[in-house]
Amino acid sequence: MNQVGFPLLSLITWLPLVGGLFILFMRGEPEVVARNARWGALWTSLLVFALSLLLLVRFDFSTSRFQFVEDVHWLSAFGVDYRMGVDGISVLFVLLSTFLTPICVLSSWEAVKENVREYMLAFLILETMMVGAFSALDFVVFYVFFEGVLIPMFLIIGVWGGPRRIYSAFKFFLYTLAGSVLMLLALVALWYYAGTTDLTKLIGMPIPTRLQYWLFLAFLASFAVKVPMWPVHTWLPDAHVEAPTAGSVILAGVLLKMGGYGFLRFSLPMLPQASLYFAPLMFALSVVAIVYTSLVALAQTDMKKLIAYSSVAHMGVVTIGIFVANANGINGALYQMLSHGIVSAALFLCVGVVYDRLHTREIARYGGLAARMPIYAVVFMVFSLASVGLPGTSGFIGELLVIIGALRINFWLALFGATGMILGAAYMLYLYRRVIFGPLTRAELRAMLDLSPREIAVFAPLVALTLWMGVYPATFTHYFQSSVDGLLRQREAALAPASHLAAAHLTATDPATPASVIEASFVGSEGGRQ
Amino acid sequence: MTAGSAMIMSNWLASLPEIVCLAGGLILLMGGVFAPERGVLLLKGIDLGAIGVLLLAGVLLLGLDGGLAYGGQFIADPMAAYAKLFVIVSAILALTLAMDYETDVEKKRFEYPIVVIFSVIGMMVMVSAANLLMLYLGLELQSLALYVLTAFRRDDRRASEAAVKFFVLGSLASGLFLYGASLIYGFTGTITFTDLVRFLAASRALDLGLVVGLVFVIAGLGFKVAAVPFHMWTPDVYEGAPSPTTAFVGTAPKVATMFLLVRLLGGTFGGLLGHWQIIVEVISIASMIWGALAAIAQNNLKRMMAYSSIGHMGYALIGLACGNQAGLEAVLIYLAIYVFSFAGTLGVIIAARRGGIDCERIADFAGLGREHPGLALAMAVFMFSLAGIPPLSGFFAKLYVFKAAMQTGLVTLAVIGVLTSVIGAFYYLRVIKVMYFDAAPQGVAPRDALPGSLGFAISLSALVTALLFLFPAPLFDLAHEAARHLLG
Repeated sequence: MNQVGFPLLSLITWLPLVGGLFILFMRGEPEVVARNARWGALWTSLLVFALSLLLLVRFDFSTSRFQFVEDVHWLSAFGVDYRMGVDGISVLFVLLSTFLTPICVLSSWEAVKENVREYMLAFLILETMMVGAFSALDFVVFYVFFEGVLIPMFLIIGVWGGPRRIYSAFKFFLYTLAGSVLMLLALVALWYYAGTTDLTKLIGMPIPTRLQYWLFLAFLASFAVKVPMWPVHTWLPDAHVEAPTAGSVILAGVLLKMGGYGFLRFSLPMLPQASLYFAPLMFALSVVAIVYTSLVALAQTDMKKLIAYSSVAHMGVVTIGIFVANANGINGALYQMLSHGIVSAALFLCVGVVYDRLHTREIARYGGLAARMPIYAVVFMVFSLASVGLPGTSGFIGELLVIIGALRINFWLALFGATGMILGAAYMLYLYRRVIFGPLTRAELRAMLDLSPREIAVFAPLVALTLWMGVYPATFTHYFQSSVDGLLRQREAALAPASHLAAAHLTATDPATPASVIEASFVGSEGGRQ
Repeated sequence: MTAGSAMIMSNWLASLPEIVCLAGGLILLMGGVFAPERGVLLLKGIDLGAIGVLLLAGVLLLGLDGGLAYGGQFIADPMAAYAKLFVIVSAILALTLAMDYETDVEKKRFEYPIVVIFSVIGMMVMVSAANLLMLYLGLELQSLALYVLTAFRRDDRRASEAAVKFFVLGSLASGLFLYGASLIYGFTGTITFTDLVRFLAASRALDLGLVVGLVFVIAGLGFKVAAVPFHMWTPDVYEGAPSPTTAFVGTAPKVATMFLLVRLLGGTFGGLLGHWQIIVEVISIASMIWGALAAIAQNNLKRMMAYSSIGHMGYALIGLACGNQAGLEAVLIYLAIYVFSFAGTLGVIIAARRGGIDCERIADFAGLGREHPGLALAMAVFMFSLAGIPPLSGFFAKLYVFKAAMQTGLVTLAVIGVLTSVIGAFYYLRVIKVMYFDAAPQGVAPRDALPGSLGFAISLSALVTALLFLFPAPLFDLAHEAARHLLG
């Protein structure tokens, strides 16, 4: 089962926490502690990243089953065990988390001067929670990690954030919590109904359609806040604007993906009837998000707020892709999430670069930076164009696939989804023009220095990845291909009339029916582990 | 050995923890009274002696064999052992908090730990009671001791006021309970739990008088656990009492009374589920909602914790309302976890004091994150746990309660429960906000040095709260066993 011979996923999950404890118990002069904390966090996160690369190397492309599976007794009396494992859908998200954390550490090297130790600790805890959420194979374990993210993020926004940080931190926390507790109820209901919280067993288990509707709505409450979908997106611009740069990076890069991942991991495979039934609602919300938040983005005067609204629009494309539920759509949604994870993270870092120098995010205060900061101008351009979805950058592939997927369902859906690209071009290029081009009028802007070697080290991997993803997507799609196929096969089987009957009688699972054969092949090796 | 002496032996064995506590308490009392000089050494000795006695009783509990004793008046089953264990844990935590509480040695009195021990005996008798009279005796013994503990700072106006309120309302509650018990006796002709079960099983038609009696009993016990609408005394008592007493009043009696409710309603009157379930549900909903809303307006942390505890009793009552194995188990788990979070929070209130005055106002916590990172971290752990955020223990407590509710079909309770816990999260977060986000005020006295005893109690509570998720099985197995025994 475990292709490495040791619990690799657990190691990746818990190592940051161990590093964090190490940092926590550092003693000495404040400056020495701060320096050691920075280096300690950097080395820990780099080591974790290196370990997570092992996941990619040892990944088995031929199967849609969960890999690197671990199963340890935890709350056995209640049928809850500590189960970890990744498949094609989650493995790249684990990588995204481990990839962005060292970048966050590096980007806050000089920006954060107070409470450095606690800051680094918060990010390492955050990494543990993120990786854990993406690799949990038990619903309760997933929920623990999913919710646990709130604690470090609340503190990151509240302690190291901007002037309105308290309002934003509370809004972030309470919005997300309100959504999550409803998911908790759904979790408990599912637990009671199915008698297990093992995801490998829950996926493909027939659930009565009426119950599915309720569960879907409860999941929606949680994931829609996280994604975020219109109209529950309002916490995002506030949180982004007030969070420190690295906080925004993680927020946009990884936390939003948890919502999309949740839809893909829970709503779609476990609740096939309900996700079909509610698809029009999801499309409507997504289209409103794309058009409305794009227009709102056009009117922003704050750089971070603009990018935050653009995130809502981009994630709208993702939710369309997920709920069209065909190969193009889901592949596109996954690709778009990964691309957005890198591009929006990089855009927030770009804002951070100028913010560190001028301490304002007002677009009007900038202009003509190309003259003094040529490298910065190039880097910013790459990410702006990737955000727009220019061919040759990562953003293009995902949006294109989603639109193709949508076209198969409905022309108008595809059309409205595509307006996101047009409006995106409008607000990103408008932003770029105002910040980078134009006359260099202000004295304070003349004094600004171009990217430092440290900042180049931060951006170089992001630029490389953006272009790689744009030029040769097969490297990445390869990973999730079989899992997406497996998901669709299982979904088709569940929606087929034969399985409707099976859903009516939970016990009637005849091993000869094609549905249960496919189900068994997708659910995979559960029999072997019992 | 004759049959008689064997019976006496088995009686003594079954109640060994109580006997140890009683003997230990009396010896310590004699020591204190007849000591030639009541210096620091003696006070320390009595403090440590009391903790030692409680520890011994706790250890004896673990090896105790169950069964009825004293002619069927006393039960020593796993359920009672579980309750006693956590009563003792909270008493030990409270005594540790009290150890260095009085900075002025002149004001420190040797009776405090001894009164705590007597209160513990009352609670132990209460959870082991096998008939209504024993139950009442235990209830009164613990209540009287608690009144004294509340008023322990005689020259403090707030403490005296709190004690008087506590006494008057507590006596009222005892009266209600006694009246209910007499009605039950009148309509069934027995006060023994096993006979009551037999009576209920045998009787076809149910006397309304019996139900009325049961309602009075629930009301009386509702006072003791401070559930809405019987909660009025709580904020004043929690605020006015010395902080270690608050830590004790907020945990041990709640554990004991809640277990009593579980035994009485879940066990003895389990057959009348249809009659009392709705009452418990209403009390639970009212407590959750009022606990969440009223706490928002509080500026005094001890008052806030009072409303918080009202809310938490509401959650625990969800489990009771289920009336089945899963629900009762959830109650037991909930209370065990609650003890550590609550006592720990009170510990931080004492530890963050300035110039010997407790850090009671929430605003006084400003800057604690900088001044004392360890203390602030512990407080953050307690607050997030009380708010029910994973992976802290409070989350698991809520998870099992909600699971039991969904299982039993009490979906309304579960939905109200999760929604009020979101409202509740707001005021717990406010404390964290003040500690970490607000700057420390200028020109105030520095915080007092942290005595070792306090540090120990706080770190123990924080570790249990934060790390329970790593080794949850022992606690859950214990609760499972206890609930299984109760329901047979």
